[in-house]
Amino acid sequence: MHLTLHVWRQASPDQPGRLVEYAAPDISPDMSFLEMLDVVNERLIQRGEEPVAFDHDCREGICGSCGLMINGSAHGPMKLTTACQLHMRSFKDGDAIWIEPWRAKAFPVVKDLVVDRSAFDRIIQAGGYISAATGTPQDANALPIPKPDADWAMDNAACIGCGACVAACPNASASLFTAAKVTHLGALPQGQPERERRALAMVAQMDEEGFGGCTLHGECQEACPKGISIDAIMQLNRDYIRASATKVEVAEWTGAA
Amino acid sequence: MRWLRAFWDSTVGKKAVMAVTGILLVGFVVAHMLGNLQMFIGADAMNRYAAFLKSTGELLWVARAGLLGAAVLHITAAYQLTQMNRAARTDAYAKRVPAASTLASRTMRWGGVLLLAFLVFHIGHFTTGTFHPAFSHTMVYGNVILGFRSPVVSAFYLAAMAALGLHLYHGAWAGFRTLGLAKRSSAPRERRIAQGLALIVWAGFSSIPVAVWLGILN
Repeated sequence: MHLTLHVWRQASPDQPGRLVEYAAPDISPDMSFLEMLDVVNERLIQRGEEPVAFDHDCREGICGSCGLMINGSAHGPMKLTTACQLHMRSFKDGDAIWIEPWRAKAFPVVKDLVVDRSAFDRIIQAGGYISAATGTPQDANALPIPKPDADWAMDNAACIGCGACVAACPNASASLFTAAKVTHLGALPQGQPERERRALAMVAQMDEEGFGGCTLHGECQEACPKGISIDAIMQLNRDYIRASATKVEVAEWTGAA
Repeated sequence: MRWLRAFWDSTVGKKAVMAVTGILLVGFVVAHMLGNLQMFIGADAMNRYAAFLKSTGELLWVARAGLLGAAVLHITAAYQLTQMNRAARTDAYAKRVPAASTLASRTMRWGGVLLLAFLVFHIGHFTTGTFHPAFSHTMVYGNVILGFRSPVVSAFYLAAMAALGLHLYHGAWAGFRTLGLAKRSSAPRERRIAQGLALIVWAGFSSIPVAVWLGILN
């Protein structure tokens, strides 16, 4: 395959970036998208040019490191698929491909296609945990949890924190990410003691980081490689509103503002 | 009261305020449309209904104050959230393909601005009569017929009702989700209800100027 790439190049966070056109001839349709970028980078290095920086780690769709806006879709055109699991057979010979970093004030560009997603870590730190001592793994049926609850918790625990939801949202909102964790822990008995505090603290941190709010476009749900539903955002809203209405002292204690 | 301050300052809290005030305003819009449709019963029915509303005296002002308060909160929250959302994405994508958003969801902001402009005109047109060529405080039926004889007024009215329909198409669904009141579903029932409501409200309000132009009402 012969492709034309339009890649966002930005040397450092404080320098302006721009789209640079690269010819990418002789690309195998069996390559993954990141392998294609590897080939392009090797050629750049051979020519003595700076290779394109992009995030990657496991390359099997479970770590959440890779994240590219490919032709205007987060992780590219294939649903429920991370950029590393996208293959070049999803494109046609002669295609032009635009590759951009996630765009959000809260995700500043580090270099080229690499963005700093530590804002997500701080949202988790604000309340995405449980304080119950769970000890060593216990017998699977020692704590009875209804199957639908376990499934619902698992569906939301599937979040890999890649940031595609933020990238796809017209408001650069982290609602789906935050909601997935609130919903995951809120569905299980171990998550109940901090449930109200969690909703208040995580939303406060989400806003503090400069993410936008949810306007229910539903773009995040389409972009999520793990298929997390916007139903989770409904749960986040419900927990947040209930916590605000009933746990006045909790709201004051966390200083949620 | 710190919790209230924190609630209002958060994106989720502001959206909840928009949802509650939005539901109040939708209730008003539906009642207003049903009242207006009495135009089709006849001049007497319409004028009697208008006289009844005016006869409620202080109650009418309580309702007006409530609606004004709801509208002010709704618009203030919308404006502040828009500012926050715009600040969250300062650099646009060179290429972006929307996958799920609708015309309705993408026009909530400008559609809302159009509705506000319409509201100012509409109150001046049919309530105070400031913008009306031959306004009468008792002959409401005649005011409507004469008012809609102007093509410009009718066109603006129809455009505003299209914007209202679109606003409800997305807003009436989103409101229930914002409050966390709906059931989990990939094909939410409340979304179909909102779409049906949007269609009814749009058709109900639009039918009156169309009927005036077709000579059905005169």
